[in-house]
Amino acid sequence: MAQAVHATQAHGGMGQDAGHGEAEHSHSATGINSRKLLMWLFLASDCMFFGALIATYMIYRNRDATMGDAWKGPYPSELIDIPFTSVSAFVLLMSSLTMVLALAALQKNDIRGSRIWLFATSVLGMTFLGGQFFEFTEFHHEGLSLQTNLFGSTFFTLTGFHGLHVGIGVIWLVTLLFVSLRGGLLQKDSMSLEIAGLYWHFVDIVWIVIFTLVYLVPYPELSSGEHASRLLNIGRLALGNFF
Amino acid sequence: MASKPIPAEHDAKAHAHPTEMTYIKIAIILAIITVIEVAIYYIESASSILVPALVILSAIKFITVVGYFMHLKFDDRMLAGIFGSALAVSLAVFIGMWVITHYDAVEIFVGYLTAG
Repeated sequence: MAQAVHATQAHGGMGQDAGHGEAEHSHSATGINSRKLLMWLFLASDCMFFGALIATYMIYRNRDATMGDAWKGPYPSELIDIPFTSVSAFVLLMSSLTMVLALAALQKNDIRGSRIWLFATSVLGMTFLGGQFFEFTEFHHEGLSLQTNLFGSTFFTLTGFHGLHVGIGVIWLVTLLFVSLRGGLLQKDSMSLEIAGLYWHFVDIVWIVIFTLVYLVPYPELSSGEHASRLLNIGRLALGNFF
Repeated sequence: MASKPIPAEHDAKAHAHPTEMTYIKIAIILAIITVIEVAIYYIESASSILVPALVILSAIKFITVVGYFMHLKFDDRMLAGIFGSALAVSLAVFIGMWVITHYDAVEIFVGYLTAG
């Protein structure tokens, strides 16, 4: 009996399937684990979703700059803080390392190690979210909102959806950490952690693209004449609203 | 935690994954690339090659994370096909949108080609 159970497990059926004798169902007809295949299909659809958002951002990028006096709100070059965002990008990049180390530890039956790395990943994810919250608050104080101009609309939509993904990832990781602390995440369940890891790494690669295209590719600088013209325009608008 | 290792739910077509040391080395390389990206942003003399350099460096980071951390390099090729197809569609959407919104530039380019 014990040999039969072991044989079933060795053929890929663990977790819920193992107890029901349906181990073979954890593999799709392709030979790929069905949960993993489903996650990759989801990531493919999410990739197209972010592809559309990034494409929209890039199409409208700098388009406002041609508006001259009709421009409303602060310019991107006045808002973007490269050192701060670089630290955020580094934090998310390192969270990918801790995530993969958590998986490697669990696959080696090092439960304590997997918990430590999973905790580190969650903390790094929360740090990134905190940074994004701070950035959004700063931008809002500077006068940029979702309705201010094309930059505000596309920027907040793109980075907001990414932040939402990070938030979901953090909730997922913290849940797995609690499951692990209650003894429910063992070596045999490493596929659950691998799937969460796939999602987390995807969030990281999306940020790699956003960090480059949204932050590092430079925005046109304002000349002193344009600055003066803008200030005059803002003054006119303010007086117009007042009277 | 010295219990006897139990065979985990596995992927029949997955191959051996890299070691922890390999992951750490990859992370260091990724961190160095990020530092280079930020450094060239501030170097004025590199402004002419800034955009292509940034795109190439971020593409290297993207491929490295997908290949090693997401194990696509070691997994079944079908997974790479699925994700690659999605990337191709995303790129096609971007090119399509760019052509639509930059119609004048495309018209000039086509005119240049046909005139020659």
